[in-house]
Amino acid sequence: MVMKRDVQKTLTPGSMKGPRFMRSSGYTDNIFSNLTLFFTIIMVGILAALVIILTRDAMPAINKFGFSFITNTMWNPVTDVFGALPAIYGTLVTSLIGLLIAIPISFGSAIFLVELAPNWLRGPASFIIEMLAAIPSVIIGLWGLYVLVPVVRHPIEKWLGSHLGGLPFFQGPPFGVGFLAAGLVLAIMTIPIITAVSRDSMKAVPNEQREAMYALGATRWEVINKAVLPYCRTGMVGGVILGLGRALGETMAVTMVIGNSNKLTASLFSPGATIASTIASQSGEASTGVQTGSLIELALILFGVTLLVNVIARTLVWRMTSLKAAKK
Amino acid sequence: MNNLNERGHARRKWINRIMLVLSGTAAAIAILILALILGYAMIRGISYLNLTLLTQAAKPVGETGGGMRNEIFGTLILVALGSIIALPIGLLAGVYLAEYANPKVAATIRFTADILAGVPSIVVGVFVYAIMVIPMHSYSAISGGVALAIIMVPVVARTAEESLRLVPASMREAALALGITRWRAVVGVVIPGAMTGIITGIMLAVARIAGETAPLLFTALGSSFGVQGLLKPIGSLSLLIYHYALSPYKSQQQQAWAGAFLLIVLVLGISIIVRWVSNRKQF
Amino acid sequence: MEEKINIMVQNMVNEDHQDKPGLSNSEDTKGILEVQNLSAWYGKTLAIKNISMSIRSNAIMSIIGPSGCGKSTFIRCLNRMHEVSHGGRTEGCIMLDGKDIYARDADPVVIRRRIGMVFQKPAPFPTMSVFDNVAAGLKLTQFWSRRWELEEVVERSLRQAALWDEVKDKLNQSGASLSGGQQQRLCIARAIAVQPEIILLDEPCSALDPASTLKIEDLMRSLVTQYSIVIVTHNMQQAARVSDMAGFFLADQDRAGILIEYGKTSQLFTNPKDKRTEDYITGRFG
Repeated sequence: MVMKRDVQKTLTPGSMKGPRFMRSSGYTDNIFSNLTLFFTIIMVGILAALVIILTRDAMPAINKFGFSFITNTMWNPVTDVFGALPAIYGTLVTSLIGLLIAIPISFGSAIFLVELAPNWLRGPASFIIEMLAAIPSVIIGLWGLYVLVPVVRHPIEKWLGSHLGGLPFFQGPPFGVGFLAAGLVLAIMTIPIITAVSRDSMKAVPNEQREAMYALGATRWEVINKAVLPYCRTGMVGGVILGLGRALGETMAVTMVIGNSNKLTASLFSPGATIASTIASQSGEASTGVQTGSLIELALILFGVTLLVNVIARTLVWRMTSLKAAKK
Repeated sequence: MNNLNERGHARRKWINRIMLVLSGTAAAIAILILALILGYAMIRGISYLNLTLLTQAAKPVGETGGGMRNEIFGTLILVALGSIIALPIGLLAGVYLAEYANPKVAATIRFTADILAGVPSIVVGVFVYAIMVIPMHSYSAISGGVALAIIMVPVVARTAEESLRLVPASMREAALALGITRWRAVVGVVIPGAMTGIITGIMLAVARIAGETAPLLFTALGSSFGVQGLLKPIGSLSLLIYHYALSPYKSQQQQAWAGAFLLIVLVLGISIIVRWVSNRKQF
Repeated sequence: MEEKINIMVQNMVNEDHQDKPGLSNSEDTKGILEVQNLSAWYGKTLAIKNISMSIRSNAIMSIIGPSGCGKSTFIRCLNRMHEVSHGGRTEGCIMLDGKDIYARDADPVVIRRRIGMVFQKPAPFPTMSVFDNVAAGLKLTQFWSRRWELEEVVERSLRQAALWDEVKDKLNQSGASLSGGQQQRLCIARAIAVQPEIILLDEPCSALDPASTLKIEDLMRSLVTQYSIVIVTHNMQQAARVSDMAGFFLADQDRAGILIEYGKTSQLFTNPKDKRTEDYITGRFG
C-alpha cells in the first residue's frame, strides 16, 4: 500500500490526470483487494458451513443412537434403527484390498518410469497412467459391473475358493459382486495417484546418491533399492496415504460392484457396503428425520476420516518437498 | 575378470534381472488396465450409439427407442451452472492468495482449500442436500450446480494461484513502475500473463465435474421428464449411466454404454487436449 | 596440422615414458591401467578423443587442465561410470590386468568393485548411519552374518581415511550429520572399505574449505602405499603438491578433450614438452 502511493508520486509526464486520479486510485485498489478477500472468505466459509451444517443435521441420529451408531449392524428404515458398523467395516476392507493390490503395481510403475524407461517412453507412459485418473468413476463402475465382476466370479473367486478355501476370506459362494470386486476397482482408481506421487518423490532424489551407489559396485536394482527408495520413502508413504484418502471416499464405482448388502462377514466374496455406497443407495428415498440424520451422520463420519487421512498425507508429502528445497 | 564371490554375484545378477522385469510388468499392467477399460467402453459404447439417442428424449421403461438428449443437455446445464458459480469465487480467491495475502494467512487458506478439495464428492452432495434440497422441498438443477461448484472452487483457486505465482516479479514491477494502480496491474498485466495456466486449470476442473455423479445423487437426482427448469430435478449423462447400468432392461444397459462413450469423449477429450496444449506451450 | 602435432607429441611422450629407466616400477612398464585410444561421447557430442596413457600402480596421477576439457568424462570412463550418464558411450579399451574392462563379457559391477570412485560433491547416504555408510558397499556382496567382521572393516577403513577419531562416538548418527570435510572422508572410507585396487577422485576438494582440503591431500599420500590413485583437479598447486604423475588435458578445436602430454609431475611442471602445457602451467590461460 505504501509503495503504491510512492509510485503515484513519480508519475511520468502526461499521465497525470489531476488530483481526482490520485485520490481515487487508493480507493479502487482497496475495493479490488477486498473483493478478492471476500471471495476467499466465501471459499473458507464453504468448508466451515459444511462442518457445521453436517453436524447440526446429524443431530437427530446422534441424539438417538449416540455411540451405538458405530457398533450397530442394522440399517432398518422400517424400525428407524440405523447402525454404521457394516459400512465402516466394508470401507476399511475394500480400501485395504485396494491398497494391497495398488501399492506393488504403483511402486513398480514409478520405478520403471523414473529409473528404467528409455527417455522417449517416459512422457507418454506417465501420461497414459495419469489418464486413468481422469476416467469418471461411474464409467469404471459400469465396466466393473459388466466386465470385471463376471471375471471375478469365475475364474477368480472359483480359483481362490478351491485353492485357499481354508481361509475365512475365501469361503462362501462366488457372487462376483462384493468386497473383492470393490477392492479391485479401488485398486484401479488409486494406482494413478500413488504412481504419480512416488514418481515425483523418486525424481527428487539427487543423482549423486545413485552414482555413489553405482561406484560401490551395485547392480541397477541395488542402486534403486538401497540408494533411491530409502531417500524418498517419506514421500512414497505420503502418496500411499493420499491414495487411501481417495479410496475411502470413492463412491460410484464401489457402489456399482459391491452388491449393497449390509453384511458383516469375513468372506471377501460376499456382497457388502461401504459408507459411501450406503449413502449413495439412499438417494431418492423419502425418509424420516432420523433416517436423514443417520445418512448425514454417515457423511460426517466419512468426512472426518478422509480429513484425517488427507492431513497426514499432506504433512508427509510437504515434508518431503521442503526437505528437497532445503537441500538445494 | 575374476569374480570376488561367484555364487553371491550370480545371485545378485538374478535378483537384479527379476526385479527390473517385475517393475516393467507393473507399468505394463497399469497401462493395460487403462487400455482395457477405455477400449472396451468405447468399442461397446459406439456400437450402440445412433442418432436417435442423441436427439430424442427417454421413453418410458419398457418401450424401445428413446434417447438421452435431455441428459446431454443436463450435463451441459449443470456444468455451466457450476462454472458460473465457481469461477468468480475460485479465481478471485486464487488472486488473493497469490497477490495480496501475507504468507501465514496464505498458508492457512491454502491448507483449507486443499482440505475442501479432498472432501469426498458424495459428502458435498449431502451437504447441499441439507442446505438447499431439504429447505426447498425439491431436488433441483440449481442445487446440482451448487454442489458441482463447491467441488470446482478449491481446484480453480489453487491452479489459479499457482499460475499467478509463475508470473515473474519483474512483470509486476514493470507494470507498477508505469504508474498504473495495483489492481489494474493485477487485472491487466499479471492475470493475462498467467492466462494459459488459469485456463488449463479451469478446463481440467470442468472436465472433472462433467463426469461427477455422486454429488448429483442428492441434488439434481435425475429426471424422466426432461429439462424442466432450474428449480426442478434434472438428469445428466453420468446419472443416466449409473441408473441404466443397474437397470434390468437390456435396452437401457446398452444406452448406458452409449452414454459412457459420450462421457468419455467429453471428459477425456478435454483432459487430453488441455494437457497436450499446455505441454507444448511450456517453452 | 594441429592434430598431427598432437599425435607426434603424444608419441614422443609415450616413447619417453618407456625409455626412462628412472621411473620406479620400471620392471613393469605396463601400468595397472592401460588406456588405449579411448574416446567418449554424450549422445552425439564427442567429449574426449583418442586418449592413451598408462596409470602406474601405487602412484598418484593427477589429471589437470582448464574446465570443460573432458577431465571428468575421462576419469568416469576408467570405472565405467560414464555409461551411467545419459547417452554415455565409449570406444577404445582400458586394460586392467591385461583384460579390457570394456570387453563384451566384462561386468561393470565387478569392475567398479576393483576401481572405486569419490565424487566432487560429498554424497553420504543420509538415511544410513556413519557405520552403515562405510559398510554400504560391503553389505552388497558379502552376506555378513557376524557383525564384528563388519565392525573390523569399518574401523579399519575409517582409520585409513583419517576419520576414525572424529566419528568413533558417532557411528550411529546419520551420515549427513557430519561436516563437509568429514563427509568427504566418509565417502573415501566407504570407497576403500570394499578394498579396490584403484581409487578415482573427481575434484574431491573443490567443495571443501582449505583446511579439509589439506587433510584430504595428506590422506591421499598415506593411501598411495596401498592403492593406486587418479585424481582430477583444476587446482594446479594441488596437483604439484600431491601427485607423482600428471596428465594435461585440453579441448581441441571441435571441443573434444585430448591428452596433450603426461609424465612425471616434476617434469611436467618444470620442463613441459608442449607449449600449451607450459602456457597453462604458467597461467597464461585456464
